[in-house]
Amino acid sequence: MENFDPVVLARIQFAANMSFHILFPTISIGMGWVLLFFKTRFIATKQPHWMDAYQFWVKVFALTFALGVVSGITMSFQFGTNWPGFMNTVGNVAGPLLAYEVLTAFFLEATMLGIMLFGRGRVSERVHTTATFLVAFGTTMSAFWILALNSWMHTPAGFVMIDGKAHVTSWMAVIFNPSFPYRFTHMLIASGLTVAFLLAGLSAYRWLLGDRSRSVQAALRTGVYVAAFLIPVQIVVGDQHGLNTLEHQPAKIAAMEGIWETQQGAPAVLFALPDKATQTNRYEIAIPKLASLYLTHDWNGEIKGIKEFGAQHPPVAPVFWAFRIMVGVGLLMLAVSWLGSWQLRKNALQPWLARVLVGMTFAGWVALLAGWYTTEIGRQPWLVQGVLTAAQAASQVPASNIAFTLALYLSTYAMLLFAYVRVVFHLARKAAQAAMGQGVDGMKDAPSVAITQAGVAHA
Amino acid sequence: MLESSSLLVLPDLTQPTGWLPLAFALVMALAMLAYVILDGYDLGVGVLLRRAEGDAQKDTMIASIGPFWDANETWLVLGVGVLLVAFPMAHGVILGALYLPVALMLLGLTLRGVAFDFRVKARAEHKPLWDRAFYAGSLLAAWSQGFMLGALVTGFADDWASQVFHAVLGLCLVAAYCLLGAGWLIMKTEGALQEKAVAWAQGSLWLTAAGIAAISVATPWVSPRIFERWFSFPNVVLLLPIPAVTLALFVVMARSLKRLPTRLAENNQYGAAVPFACTVGIFLLAFYGLAYSLFPWLVVDRLTVWGAASSPEALQVIFYGVVVVLPVIIGYTVFAYRVFWGKSTALQY
Ligand code: HDD
Ligand code: HEM
Ligand code: HEM
Repeated sequence: MENFDPVVLARIQFAANMSFHILFPTISIGMGWVLLFFKTRFIATKQPHWMDAYQFWVKVFALTFALGVVSGITMSFQFGTNWPGFMNTVGNVAGPLLAYEVLTAFFLEATMLGIMLFGRGRVSERVHTTATFLVAFGTTMSAFWILALNSWMHTPAGFVMIDGKAHVTSWMAVIFNPSFPYRFTHMLIASGLTVAFLLAGLSAYRWLLGDRSRSVQAALRTGVYVAAFLIPVQIVVGDQHGLNTLEHQPAKIAAMEGIWETQQGAPAVLFALPDKATQTNRYEIAIPKLASLYLTHDWNGEIKGIKEFGAQHPPVAPVFWAFRIMVGVGLLMLAVSWLGSWQLRKNALQPWLARVLVGMTFAGWVALLAGWYTTEIGRQPWLVQGVLTAAQAASQVPASNIAFTLALYLSTYAMLLFAYVRVVFHLARKAAQAAMGQGVDGMKDAPSVAITQAGVAHA
Repeated sequence: MLESSSLLVLPDLTQPTGWLPLAFALVMALAMLAYVILDGYDLGVGVLLRRAEGDAQKDTMIASIGPFWDANETWLVLGVGVLLVAFPMAHGVILGALYLPVALMLLGLTLRGVAFDFRVKARAEHKPLWDRAFYAGSLLAAWSQGFMLGALVTGFADDWASQVFHAVLGLCLVAAYCLLGAGWLIMKTEGALQEKAVAWAQGSLWLTAAGIAAISVATPWVSPRIFERWFSFPNVVLLLPIPAVTLALFVVMARSLKRLPTRLAENNQYGAAVPFACTVGIFLLAFYGLAYSLFPWLVVDRLTVWGAASSPEALQVIFYGVVVVLPVIIGYTVFAYRVFWGKSTALQY
């Protein structure tokens, strides 16, 4: 194990845990609001298919939430074990933000979840709706606090350094630091998009199996329309986010755009293989001046190149590629959701498009992770931009221990992810077959009817 | 860091640097206590799951903890959060020393947290597999916590004898959680399962008592300072009620467990809450005894509450939050328990 650097291992481990964790809260945040929507539609229209939709999706929600919680608990230990230098240096900032997340978000969502999932019939409909609202609100609050912290790590503000430790001068400046409004908005919309495609994908799957129940149609429409509405907003917010990054982290933008030399009228590089050794792009395909236009809103605006930053720049290729994957998925989402909306409006959904929607069930995850890799790797070598590097913050835990636990986490995560995706599709299949009057697993159950004492019996 | 000898010289408690760390030590202790009792009963139910007969019993057992487990675990997040935020130095030392048992605990908590949901959603033929994951995860989490408790008491000694002691204490905590879980089931279930739970409680009673005895002997043995705290005069007389009441609670519980089967057979639920209440009482006393032994050390004889505390300005900001929010949290937690009060019935959504 000596040839493994504990810092590298700690980073891989943290990134693996983070990547795994974020998948599930992202769905919980958006899905909480969608469930509230289904439920309020039911209350307003008294039409049972809204409740059927609620009852199917609440199962997916419960499963997702459980995965979010257990991986989140792992996160709360990882923070201190992997980055003790982080808390020692910026603990005065990070500590209160993390503490407020636990106090104002985690307890709320965790406690209300029990009432939301199992309380119907035990509490009044209004209390149940309130609990559903509080769960959705709690997940959004989690995102608020943790993104305040994460944004602060990218664009620190509102503090002074005394004896190598950050001391807060203004909490407003810390929380509403320069990149926070962009990151928070972009993340919430990402969450909405991820859920929209999940809704559309699983509903299209049921539709293709022949399930034409009204609840499926309702969920399908909700998914496609929400996606069609959110994606242009996301692109505009993403663009604004990029402008903000250009101002505060120009090295990251240079890496994202694959621009080595500082230049006026910089091109938008569509494809290239950035080469670290020669500090150039190979096989570059680019549109002249376009990058200057969308980054500075001027054909001849100046963009700083990577060489400008000496050794203080992030690795180019992963940032460059991750960014293209995100934007690529975003454009695909635009095309598919608009075409889908058009067909749905004419009540003429084509089976091929339904199949594309099934294929894109988890497209949100791809864009989401790509976006986070862009952001986080683009911050390298800093852990807190301009304040603390990752190497300074790493722990003294022996490499062999980290390697062992990393293997443990990775195998568990791979297994759980596999199980999650399979079970989600299995639930859809079961619901579709039940709706069409046949059972799976040799039993009959309508999606809205929970059987047995099965308690937790998500039936 | 304070010298051992200057230990009883408390810092000036009128100053924020004096009282804030103390307040946070209290919050952390309360969070950990809440965690051990609350997640303790649901981990215990998880360990006992293996002994249940048939799907119906398993479903009922899990239904009895379904609405609560998530909130129960959040107390752990709060406890560790306070350790991280208020006592960063101790956090580094403690979690560094406990790196592997923590990883095992997290693995256990992960397996069991997801098994809850997967077992009823996956294909029917996979259900037994998730049940096993649920049992194994609960067992692993409970045992690792006991192991860590042992390590905390011995000041993270890593010689072989100590490691064996930690591992044995792990088993004792598993038993204690089973006792708590069985008590919970006696309260929350009826019929055959309830009778079984009485037998499970009887089975775990003695190992729990052995564990408490082991800690009580080990702590003063490891640290002469703790020995002095307990056995010097007049402390020894003043503290006598702690072991005495613990013993009394064990006796009350043993007698109640003996009587319960006949009563339950006559369909009389009177006293069904006694074993759980006694176990909670024992946990409270054991926790108090431990806190008395360790305070003000976070790491025995190495780091005190004040030596490890972070700067008062950050603590102050969190303190306001705690003072305002904690009562609200306790309020809605009580509300949630009232919603699901009484014998657990079919849950659905
Ligand atoms: C469904 C998810 C999703 C989609 C479709 C997009 N993004 Fe995104 N993007 C994210 C999800 C995301 C994210 C995961 O939420 C990130 C990571 C950190 C953050 O704040 O948001 C992100 C980061 C991120 C950043 C880096 C911010 C930084 O410098 O730290 C930029 C510049 C953009 N996005 C821009 C875009 C553009 C121009 C898109 C056009 C299609 C786009 N994103 C689609
Ligand atoms: C949620 C989605 C996130 C993902 C997928 C993600 C991914 C990553 C990745 C890939 C790295 C490694 C970068 C590298 O080593 O080159 C990293 C580093 C890190 N990120 Fe994130 N991150 C996420 C969010 C966050 C948040 C919310 C925080 C803090 C509040 C955070 C804090 C850190 C820290 C402390 C490191 C370690 C130091 C480093 O290597 O830069 N991350 N993350
Ligand atoms: C952008 C990054 C993050 C977001 C958006 C986020 C959001 C959330 C949300 C919404 C939940 C609850 C819903 C669910 O469980 O599905 C959750 C759970 C959790 N997260 Fe994260 N989180 C992020 C990163 C982190 C980090 C860095 C930590 C650790 C310091 C963390 C610790 C936790 C914990 C402990 C839980 C479980 C809480 C419970 O018991 O309900 N999260 N997170």
